[in-house]
Amino acid sequence: MDLFEYQARDLFEAHNIPVLGGAVATTATEAETAAAAMGGRVVVKAQVKVGGRGKAGGVKLAENAADARVKAEAILGMDIKGLTVHKVMIAEAAPIAEEYYLAILLDRANRNFLVMASVAGGMEIEEVAHTQPEKLARVGIDPNVGISLAQAIEIVKAGYFPAEVVEQVADVLLKLWAAFVAEDATLMEINPLVKTEAGLIVALDGKVTLDDSAQFRHATHADLEDHDSANPLEALAKAKNLNYVKLDGEVGIIGNGAGLVMSTLDVVAYAGEKYGVKPANFLDIGGGASAEVMANGLSIILGDPDVRSVFVNVFGGITACDAVANGIVDALTILGSAATKPIVVRLDGNNVLEGRRILNEAAHPLVQQLETMDGAAAKAAELAAH
Amino acid sequence: MAIFINENTKVIVQGMTGSEGTKHTGRMIKSGTNIVGGVTPGKGGQIVEIEGKKLPVFNSVAEAITATGANASVVFVPPKFAKAAVMDAIDAALPLCVVITEGIPVHDTAAFYAHAAASGITQLIGPNCPGLISPGKSNLGIIPADITGPGKIGLVSKSGTLTYQMMFELRDFGFSTAIGIGGDPIIGTTHIDALRAFQDDPDTHAIVMIGEIGGDAEERAAAFIKEYVTKPVVGYVAGFTAPEGKTMGHAGAIVSGSSGTAQAKKEALEAAGVAVGKTPSETAALMRTLLA
Repeated sequence: MDLFEYQARDLFEAHNIPVLGGAVATTATEAETAAAAMGGRVVVKAQVKVGGRGKAGGVKLAENAADARVKAEAILGMDIKGLTVHKVMIAEAAPIAEEYYLAILLDRANRNFLVMASVAGGMEIEEVAHTQPEKLARVGIDPNVGISLAQAIEIVKAGYFPAEVVEQVADVLLKLWAAFVAEDATLMEINPLVKTEAGLIVALDGKVTLDDSAQFRHATHADLEDHDSANPLEALAKAKNLNYVKLDGEVGIIGNGAGLVMSTLDVVAYAGEKYGVKPANFLDIGGGASAEVMANGLSIILGDPDVRSVFVNVFGGITACDAVANGIVDALTILGSAATKPIVVRLDGNNVLEGRRILNEAAHPLVQQLETMDGAAAKAAELAAH
Repeated sequence: MAIFINENTKVIVQGMTGSEGTKHTGRMIKSGTNIVGGVTPGKGGQIVEIEGKKLPVFNSVAEAITATGANASVVFVPPKFAKAAVMDAIDAALPLCVVITEGIPVHDTAAFYAHAAASGITQLIGPNCPGLISPGKSNLGIIPADITGPGKIGLVSKSGTLTYQMMFELRDFGFSTAIGIGGDPIIGTTHIDALRAFQDDPDTHAIVMIGEIGGDAEERAAAFIKEYVTKPVVGYVAGFTAPEGKTMGHAGAIVSGSSGTAQAKKEALEAAGVAVGKTPSETAALMRTLLA
């Protein structure tokens, strides 16, 4: 889960990482109140989980509370790269002397964690890595050892930070590591980490990604979820514990196993080129495709107004094809007249003959079976054609 | 021959007394796996009967090794307790630990991976993987044993059901070993580890490598193939049409910006001389051509 900037700021503050005052507002009035409480100049920042909001006009300096209201009015409701701005952050303004970069992230390639630190901040880190690679320190961290103060100082020096801030930045790095571990984060990035004209080191903007698999030990993480921007179908699927991603096509997809479903999307996309149709979603019902799970999955997909046909692609492994077939039949019984779109089913693997027999016997008018994944994908695409 | 496991592998099941553990222990026994016991902390001393086999339960992997001579484990322990279970296996210097559990926090995986790497003994497979099968010899995990039999093809894949699909497509050839390495951001055994083992296994004549979006494991595997693998390899990459920034089921399957795309992986593999199919059936057809 990616956090909004204001959530990252609050999380940093909770872990004693120096931040400036900040408050979130969903209306212009709230923005004005927050700015008045802060006093003086503030920055009004669009809260969207995408880069480049400054260029898009989503970050504005406000001279006072009344001005903050005007700026918030302009920013709230804005569209930035396809995302609607529902919230703004009112942030204390501070005179900035220098901008740095500091981050800890999961390093998949080296299977550990990586600290990146650079005196060159404020721009995308890819740009720093490209234009000034010598100024970017990259140091792998053993998760069972962590970071010592001496190592933190070494890393900061390797990132070419000026001597007078090394100790302060090393202290921030240690706190960032503590936060990274405590919150089960996979990314904590401070960009920019600034030195104010008063010489203080402050995290001005942050990106945080938390590990969804670790939610069981973080009671508060669920509250950080963004319900406003979530696709309603995705929200519904999540509530039913389904692994669902809404896409922008017309062929609804249900399969078992993430890899097979990804592959199914591809096969449908290829087959759909001829008809101008694409997959409407990703939905992995997992290994144990009970009737209830199948019914939940089918009802989400049939409830998607963009869907014109459905492709159920199952390779029977632990859950045999007969169980899946019974699941489909029961699901259609549960859904009754709510099921209105043609459903193409391809079953293979464990107990496939019995599975196919069950579906043939049920002879549901919406269901047709094909024997291969390619053939079924082509049929589903054809049925979804305009 | 086969890679990583064979008919001599003596297997304990960590989490055997749980419902998933019991179910799959039964399946593994039925497919010929030499299961010698289980580990559930606090339940040591019990005897559990599964598929007519009386299996002792131990409190720790070390106790299980002493009593049974086990040299591999399969982990079905729930995410909350998986780290402790894997650490137990590593501390007991167990040679092979196959972690089936899905949904382990990545900080936990990072910790047990680092511990295993530091110990230098335990080979981890997974987590979030279907395990591996050397048909007719041994089956560690949840791969159905009846898709196909022993043969000359080696298969390595991140995904379970795509492994099954490909085994099914090529069932008339059979497999030396099929291994699902898992879809998490951090995994123990990699594509490269499996490719090296297949290259070195005299009974494997050709290799199928299945990848998916996210990370750069396939690109690195391509570089390794170019340098080390002389056996024919066909490849498949799932997720060509996956949008950026969305996690597709597997925690590790995400395109971030321009990195991790299926297209880049396909191009890297092709540059290494790997024939890459657009679909599973096309990939199987490529393998048929190679073996013809």
